Amino acid sequence: MKVGILKELAPNEKRVAATPTVLKKIIKLGLEVVVEAGAGAGAQLLDGAYAEMGATIAPDAATVWAEADIVLKVRAPMMRSDGKHEADLIKEGATLISFFWPGQNKPLIEHLQARKVTVLAMDAMPRISRAQKMDALSAMANVVGYRAVIEAATNFGRLFPGQVTAAGRVKPAQVMIIGAGVAGLAAIAAAKSLGAVVRAFDTRPAVREQVQSLGALFLEFKFEESGEGAGGYAKQMSEAYLAAEQALIAENAKEVDIIISTAVIPGADAPKLITSGAVVSMKPGSVIIDLAAEQGGNCALTERDKIVERFGTKIVGFTDLASRMADQSSELYATVVYNLLEDVYDAEKADVVIDRGDEVHRGIVVLDKGELLWPPPRPKPPSHAPRPEKKPQVIAIAPPPPTSSALTPILLGLAAALIGVAGLFAEGEFLQHLTVFLLACVVGWHVVWNVSPALHTPLMSVTNAISGIILVGGVLLLRVGGLQIATILAAVAILLAMINVAGGFLVTSRMLKMFRRGPAKETVHAHAHGGRK
Amino acid sequence: MLTSAQTLVYILAGMLFILSLRGLSTQETARRGNGMGAIGMALALIVTCVALSRDTASRTADMSQAYMLLAGAIGVGAIVGAFLAARVAMTSMPELVAVLHSFVGAAAVLVGIASYLEPGRDVTIVHGVEVFAGVFIGAVTFTGSIIAFFKLRGTLGGKPLLLPARHLINLVLVGASLYLAVVFVSATAPAGITSLLIMTAIAALLGVHLVMAIGGGDMPVVVSLLNSYSGWAAAASGFMLGNDLLIITGALVGSSGAILSYIMCKAMNRSIWNVVFGGFGATPTSAGKAKDAPAGKVNEATAEQVAQLLLAAKSVIIVPGYGMAVAQAQHPTKTLSDTLESRGIQVRYAIHPVAGRLPGHMNVLLAEANVSYDVVKEMEEINDEFDKTDVVLIIGANDIVNPSALTDVDSPIYGMPVLEAWKAARVVMLKRGMAAGYAGVDNAICYNDNTLMLFGDAKQSIQKLSTRVQAEEKAA
Repeated sequence: MKVGILKELAPNEKRVAATPTVLKKIIKLGLEVVVEAGAGAGAQLLDGAYAEMGATIAPDAATVWAEADIVLKVRAPMMRSDGKHEADLIKEGATLISFFWPGQNKPLIEHLQARKVTVLAMDAMPRISRAQKMDALSAMANVVGYRAVIEAATNFGRLFPGQVTAAGRVKPAQVMIIGAGVAGLAAIAAAKSLGAVVRAFDTRPAVREQVQSLGALFLEFKFEESGEGAGGYAKQMSEAYLAAEQALIAENAKEVDIIISTAVIPGADAPKLITSGAVVSMKPGSVIIDLAAEQGGNCALTERDKIVERFGTKIVGFTDLASRMADQSSELYATVVYNLLEDVYDAEKADVVIDRGDEVHRGIVVLDKGELLWPPPRPKPPSHAPRPEKKPQVIAIAPPPPTSSALTPILLGLAAALIGVAGLFAEGEFLQHLTVFLLACVVGWHVVWNVSPALHTPLMSVTNAISGIILVGGVLLLRVGGLQIATILAAVAILLAMINVAGGFLVTSRMLKMFRRGPAKETVHAHAHGGRK
Repeated sequence: MLTSAQTLVYILAGMLFILSLRGLSTQETARRGNGMGAIGMALALIVTCVALSRDTASRTADMSQAYMLLAGAIGVGAIVGAFLAARVAMTSMPELVAVLHSFVGAAAVLVGIASYLEPGRDVTIVHGVEVFAGVFIGAVTFTGSIIAFFKLRGTLGGKPLLLPARHLINLVLVGASLYLAVVFVSATAPAGITSLLIMTAIAALLGVHLVMAIGGGDMPVVVSLLNSYSGWAAAASGFMLGNDLLIITGALVGSSGAILSYIMCKAMNRSIWNVVFGGFGATPTSAGKAKDAPAGKVNEATAEQVAQLLLAAKSVIIVPGYGMAVAQAQHPTKTLSDTLESRGIQVRYAIHPVAGRLPGHMNVLLAEANVSYDVVKEMEEINDEFDKTDVVLIIGANDIVNPSALTDVDSPIYGMPVLEAWKAARVVMLKRGMAAGYAGVDNAICYNDNTLMLFGDAKQSIQKLSTRVQAEEKAA
């Protein structure tokens, strides 16, 4: 079996899929390697170095394509300058391992299907711990995050660290990172080690710790507290949600010198988190590095692959940051690809063997000897098969005001029926009361959905107290006067209802006094207040 | 009847009640909400008393005794209520809530009967129906709450009482009430009292039967349902007396209780009808139980081992259940979590929506122990965190951490969302013994390899853990 390494064709792509070090390991697996002349030039890897490790150097790409049974690449096959498509050159029945983006490359899949090719997409690697060593996206994102800080520093006319010198005081650079994924975290670490003061924003509260562990300030995003309930973000909400994010970022943009933005949504355009207004409000000389430029950019003013200056702020929209660190990213990519190759290559059969029961294999295989296997079935939640219905139920625990609830039509129907029946009896006063009743139900329904689950017990005791309002009824009944059955019954009713009123409000207030945030000072306060056990 | 000033004050009171519920949305505004409710109530009471003294009917009648009754009832009621509120332990909140519901029910019954007996009142068909409905709902609420109270106290067992023909019985009781309604409405004023009283007895029986048929594990739903009923009872009294404030308030309370019941049912994967009519679908329980396959070996641990485990952890999640409430272990738990936190270990609390016997019960207990509400997480907030957690400490919780709810189709709790505690690296379960939870199901989590069992009273176990951890800290 021969492994082929090619020179990448995409403009600005300097990375290569294998380095001499990795090449040696590939040969140890029992494979031969053929390398296109000049394949590693962009990453300072000379043909001689490959040859020394035991590779054959082929004079042109066509030779490599013709000979290789396994092709390792960085980018998906593309049109060559001579008008031939790389996919037409691949040997029938060969294996291709590269970034592939199967979702966006349907025609290419059909093309390769006809040639009975096996395609493994590096970008489809499942994010499970076993696959970490094969996760090319994370490996690249790490480099990109670092490089983003370097690009920012290059375009920023000031120092990063704060200093007091004989020539005056230097303020530290203020950096904001948007999105604390792998790239964002790498950027935090790099900016921090250059001496900047870093804050980071992410909508997932779960990453707060990771951000803080790198020494950055985590910006709190409290959208769910503005009354929208804790459930997933509904479609209609997304606009308000985006607006809240934009507002938070705009507020911080005034204070920071550098924004590094990494927010991308898989399979969609990047959210426009940095508005033109936020750019205008930044200090002159500020820099924005928009890592989402390839997906349309997080900033409204980003231009792909360019540095533009808008309102005194430089906006960098490079999409090739990994390639700008080709030496390092080639090394990391090559290692990751090797780890995968080792996993799928069966030395005894001397062939690539895809185990469809294996979560990793199943996740990345697009074509197996021409058989279309993409998209993979949705990954099973670990160890519990039958629970697809779980998600909606969890949402239902704190649903948004349930206009969408299945109960609504039932309730509306009930209300209509009530009004209809009442209409038959048609007693003016009664109809009026019924109207009040139904309106109050609607109001109660909407108000109560907003109550946070932690306060359900106080809610019950308050409603308990106010349902003691029935004592008003008792009082009204006393008007007949005298000591007779009606008044005595009314008085007992008043007594019972009054227990409810007093007990309900007092116990609620006692409970609510206990709900508090944060320990320390507040605790002392609590003990001073409540003389209870 | 109503002067315009009185109407205005009633509207104001109604709005204050709405704002009061609105205030309960967040912890920050909750106290203000409670205050507004109290002000609304005071306004309504005062203006009603003033109105009473000016009522035309009362000018002609001898009112001195009525006033004495009024003052006595309000005074005694306020004192008893304040006394109850001040004395109740936070662990007994469910009982208090249940008994207060029964008072509303009883008051609705009394007001209904009194209003029917009020001399010189013309009883129309509509009014008759209103009275009848108010008394019916009131009586069901009254006895239902009483039964709930005794079940919560443990005076009555938690097992549902499932009479063989229970649905038929319910049907007969409701049918009889409907028949009596027709008799009642067609009778002239004082003569209908017999059928009204018989119906009251029937409705009371119905309340007893409905709640008896509900298992202890469903108590949070029952309590919220009765909350809802008490609201409808108040609303019905409002119709009967032609008083909009009662109608508004009753409707608010009624829908609040209805929503809580709905939320609780969702959290337990029960249909609301199942709980309302009791005992539905309880039959497969025995089948599921007979099969209890997993009875394997459990790993028993000592307090010392668990303390070591906690000290070695970076993150700990505590899952409290009813057992913590029973053992009054919330204060020692807080001490333990403080000690762990002071060593830089992240401690959070995971609350299942139906943990305890009342919606939000665990939150109240933790608040009593001064646990900051920032670290108290709801199920959907924390379920994804378990697999990143080193140790989960389950204190007296059972069904809400049972993995069979997700995996075992035959399990009676199958489909109920649960806290996925078993995903953590280590699980420590504090339990008195190997008894099953309220649902009567064996818990597979006990037999997992990564689960350690620490048997004993929750409070004592936690105190032991606390001492060990503190000793360890001093030594280090």
